[in-house]
Amino acid sequence: MSIFEYNGSALVAMVGKNCFAIASDRRLGVQLQTIATDFQRIHKIHDRLFLGLSGLGTDTQTLYQRLVFRHKLYQLREERDMKPETFASLVSAILYEKRFGPYFCQPVIAGLSDEDKPFICTMDSIGAKELAKDFVVAGTAGESLYGACEAMFKPDMEPEELFETISQALLSSVDRDCLSGWGGHVYVV
Amino acid sequence: MSLADPEVVGFCFRMMKLDFSGLESKAPHFDASNELVGGDGALSAAPSSFQLPITADFDGFQKNAIQMVKPAKGTTTLAFIFKEGVMVAADSRASMGGYISSQSVKKIIEINPYMLGTMAGGAADCQFWHRNLGIKCRLHELANKRRISVTGASKLLANILYSYRGMGLSVGTMIAGWDETGPGLYYVDSEGGRLKGQRFSVGSGSPYAYGVLDSGYRYDMTIEEAAELARRSIYHATFRDAASGGVASVYYVGPNGWKKLSGDDVGELHYHYYPAISSTTEQEMVEAPAA
Repeated sequence: MSIFEYNGSALVAMVGKNCFAIASDRRLGVQLQTIATDFQRIHKIHDRLFLGLSGLGTDTQTLYQRLVFRHKLYQLREERDMKPETFASLVSAILYEKRFGPYFCQPVIAGLSDEDKPFICTMDSIGAKELAKDFVVAGTAGESLYGACEAMFKPDMEPEELFETISQALLSSVDRDCLSGWGGHVYVV
Repeated sequence: MSLADPEVVGFCFRMMKLDFSGLESKAPHFDASNELVGGDGALSAAPSSFQLPITADFDGFQKNAIQMVKPAKGTTTLAFIFKEGVMVAADSRASMGGYISSQSVKKIIEINPYMLGTMAGGAADCQFWHRNLGIKCRLHELANKRRISVTGASKLLANILYSYRGMGLSVGTMIAGWDETGPGLYYVDSEGGRLKGQRFSVGSGSPYAYGVLDSGYRYDMTIEEAAELARRSIYHATFRDAASGGVASVYYVGPNGWKKLSGDDVGELHYHYYPAISSTTEQEMVEAPAA
């Protein structure tokens, strides 16, 4: 079993009309053994920027702490919040620093620009950015999430409909994955 | 804003209901008036002999082939004897690696109206050999004008499995039933083991099930108490073991044969045992101040 599948996760972000949603499951396991059902994979960087980290639990926490640290330094120096695009570049750079011994994480970044334009992107564990206009997925339930999102996604959804869509996509996907599930977190911005 | 408002109901957070109708079973299906038809050996209990692969390295070939036919690996099944009879319970998930291939597998196999078998390990191996055992038991019944004992039936199965030992069969089963001597329970596996006991659990979720079962077990339980203990043990196993899930089916075998008592979606059992406590909203959407 791959180290990316050691703890299990499901992570998805979707774009709507002047809004976005990001959702994850709550399970943390050691292979097939469920350890906790209140794990946080989605973190708030600031009011309009969220970061989801799928993959190995320990690395997601370390990486999150490093990113918060760098974001705080940026806030002090620049006296403003980071733009989602800038933050994505920062994540990418930090991941590539560990090119030959990577963090076993696949991040999902979702944010809203100052003009309320949604931005979502995902990356592999060494920082190759993959921008998307509709939705991005990550984690052990990634394949079934692709299927669910492909079928359920519509462009320019309002927040209420976006919430329903992303929630149903997450629920039906984790129902096909042993390693994720036991509840979910959904954020709509 | 009331819930009766159709607009709101439309957006209600609705859990998907899975179709578990395949798990339903009618009352004991054996009919004494069953006519035996054909005499060309179609009813012979001995399966036609299996073809063996033509290879110099039989063991090596077998080793690789085994890896290709192992679904239904993760499982939780349990059975125990108590005052009123035997209680048998199982989950219903079939997985291949991390992928859930089915949430509605029948892991409790009805051998005859007085005997049940449980399924853990290879699905095909279990299904085939339980069906085969059912045939053998029926033939015994016709030849001897009395039902086979649980001891006898489990030994028939154990002997077959032993004859295939080392050839890659994967079976971990319990034979539970009621015979002339009262309730009977045996554990039989493809390594050739056969154990008589009061309490067994088999499968990847069995350590979790044992935890609940052993601490809650008493011989003088009522049928309701025993059914609840079995259900709770399966639920807790499906909670901790990712390879177990779906429905917790509970069967009871008493002096008048087996009866299915319940089949509950473990997702719903979770809210039954741990009712959801509504918490305050973490964060509300607020109108952004006009820039």
